[in-house]
Amino acid sequence: MTMVQAINSALRVMMARDDRIVVLGEDVGYFGGVFRVTAGLQAEFGKQRCFDTPISECGIIGAAIGMAAYGLRPVPEIQFADYIYPGLDQIISEAARIRYRSAGDFICPMTVRVPFGGGIFGGQTHSQSPESLFTHISGIKTVVPSTPRDAKGLLIAAIEDNDPVIFMEPKRCYNGPFNGKYDQPARSWADHPDADVDEEYFRIPLGKAKIVREGDECTILTYGTMVHVAGQVLEDRGINGELIDLRTLLPLDIEAIEASVRKTGRCLIIHEATRTSGFGAELSALVQERCFYHLEAPIERVTGFDTPYPHSLEWAYFPGPIRIGEALDRLMQD
Amino acid sequence: MKRDDMEAGKGAANRPPLSLHVPEPHFRPGDKVDYSYLKIPEPDAIPRPDETAEAGGMHALAYGLIRVLDDGNRAVGSWNPRLDPDTLLLMLRKMALIRAFDDRMFRAQRQGKTSFYVKSTGEEAVSIGAALALDREDMCFPSYRQPGILIARDYPIERMMNQIYSNRLDPLMGRQLPIMYSAKSHGFFTISGNLTTQYPQAVGWAMASASKGDTRIAAAWCGEGSTSEGDFHNGLTFAAVYNAPCIFNVVNNQYAISSFSGFAGSERTTFAARAIGYGIPGLRVDGNDILAVYAATRWAADRARLNLGPSLIELFTYRAEAHSTSDDPSAYRSAQEREEWPLGDPITRLKRHCIAEGIWDAERQEAMDLEVAREVQAAQKEAERNGILGHGLHQPDQTMFQDVFEKLPWHLKEQCAQAIHERKLKWPE
Repeated sequence: MTMVQAINSALRVMMARDDRIVVLGEDVGYFGGVFRVTAGLQAEFGKQRCFDTPISECGIIGAAIGMAAYGLRPVPEIQFADYIYPGLDQIISEAARIRYRSAGDFICPMTVRVPFGGGIFGGQTHSQSPESLFTHISGIKTVVPSTPRDAKGLLIAAIEDNDPVIFMEPKRCYNGPFNGKYDQPARSWADHPDADVDEEYFRIPLGKAKIVREGDECTILTYGTMVHVAGQVLEDRGINGELIDLRTLLPLDIEAIEASVRKTGRCLIIHEATRTSGFGAELSALVQERCFYHLEAPIERVTGFDTPYPHSLEWAYFPGPIRIGEALDRLMQD
Repeated sequence: MKRDDMEAGKGAANRPPLSLHVPEPHFRPGDKVDYSYLKIPEPDAIPRPDETAEAGGMHALAYGLIRVLDDGNRAVGSWNPRLDPDTLLLMLRKMALIRAFDDRMFRAQRQGKTSFYVKSTGEEAVSIGAALALDREDMCFPSYRQPGILIARDYPIERMMNQIYSNRLDPLMGRQLPIMYSAKSHGFFTISGNLTTQYPQAVGWAMASASKGDTRIAAAWCGEGSTSEGDFHNGLTFAAVYNAPCIFNVVNNQYAISSFSGFAGSERTTFAARAIGYGIPGLRVDGNDILAVYAATRWAADRARLNLGPSLIELFTYRAEAHSTSDDPSAYRSAQEREEWPLGDPITRLKRHCIAEGIWDAERQEAMDLEVAREVQAAQKEAERNGILGHGLHQPDQTMFQDVFEKLPWHLKEQCAQAIHERKLKWPE
């Protein structure tokens, strides 16, 4: 399965199991979404369960909150993460706080699906990675899968979760794992072990990272598209690094991070989002606070630049193999 | 046009210069009040249409003013809900109770027993009238000036006070500002401090009810000032698109803190007329006439229950007191405004009607006011036994970390341990 098919499978499995699950968003109904993630759901489950919405992210998320308060489990789609900003107040001030401010009187079990990230020539309004906006807010969980299998298992866990979840789908990985080699054609999921996805129900718990490859020379902490790029760089350079796919940014798997950094003594953090106040800053601080005496080199960060995502210079912006390789060189120096 | 002129911000010389309009209210402190600009039609100036009528044919309702009580305190016209004496007296009692409650809690705030309070004086009919016209099972998405919904639904006033005091029995565990209640059991959605966020949420609730073939409807309230928020329009769009069984109430009390309704666009049109662009009924109602509020709400609720979708009701009223305990209206509006408000006081108007109907008299009113005051006083005494703000009788510190998520994640466990540690150092006993 591709990641698109795996997410579709997760929605289909869950909608069949639980009639409280409702899928809504721009174009998600008859057409099946701009990325075809919701294809066939309206035909199978009807218009009451899967339907198009007006172009209003505030309306989509606000209505989903009301549906959740009623007792449904809405799974709204925001077409691109870049468009989530008009709905942010509903996420930050409402969804994230409803359980807290009502002392559990009302809850908001809602999973907001958002394609994010660059690498598809989307320009500055179809390429952003706003995950740190969500991890900064108390009361919402942030999940980022990197493979079809993870996407299905994590999405099922997110839908079953009784807290609001922002489920960020790295759209560069929708149809194949991207290795960062922009001058080569996109790869297919066909030969990837995680593309062998069970058709049936299965879940991958939130808050648990995955060790993508074990190693003892350094630790790479990353998520989403960058998992594949980082893996390729380690392979190309023959570095025996430990690659950790965080999978859930909040709650974070601090045990896996600590155990790895203590073992390797070196830590590289990679994300596609802009650098300043990005999620890498939080990871860096945590590693410094908890593993300082085990570190043999300063923590390194590889990120996008602090500019809007440029259209024609996309591959110059993208934190690809060169930027990662140079950071690894610095990290492994002595 | 010359380049120099363009850079200097000057347009073509032969056109009149543009100017910016900044709204200004009719009266400021020291001004004499003259309400003659307000057009107050007679009751039944626009008769009540059938609930099943086409929204397009009722635009006049958005520009008129639905009234039932006439100047002689009689209930007249096709909007008259013809309520029985018991219901009229129940309305009177509920409105008296919320006013007594407000007075008492306002004083408690001034005595430093809580941080903040918001009165609904002058607007009691808005929430009591609507709540009594709705079914108990319908879900209300209120703003902060509709405690009358809880009062109408017999929510214990002592529990409201516990919340106002943020004490150890506060059902919201000391997390919310006073007056921002939540009571799922009473169909009262948790109140947000951010304005009109409840509009799309109410629509989502109503959509869920409709999609499940339920019979319950939703109702939302916001102030006229916050109709400027995007959420207001997003909510209305969704409701219109999906024909959601939802009633939108715009409480036009003339003020958004110190800004008069002109800053929400009232100089151009009415707030009820906002409905016309969405193709849904818009009703402009005398918000100080509880019978009119009841009748309009009942009309909109019946329409929603017939699966004919949403309605918008503008409740034309006057915020008789300050915005909150942190506000001083004498600094921005004429002192006479309240006295001369042509639509009177909702409690006085219903009282006079009940007397005119021969079901009530001044003595019984006096006795009821006393009784209600005693009820509030007794509840206050009980609530204060559970603590007042800053008194120490609050929820344990660790509750601060509960309900952020369903289960406590590691980082909150660590921060909770820190809070407990700090408490031991700050207050060793």
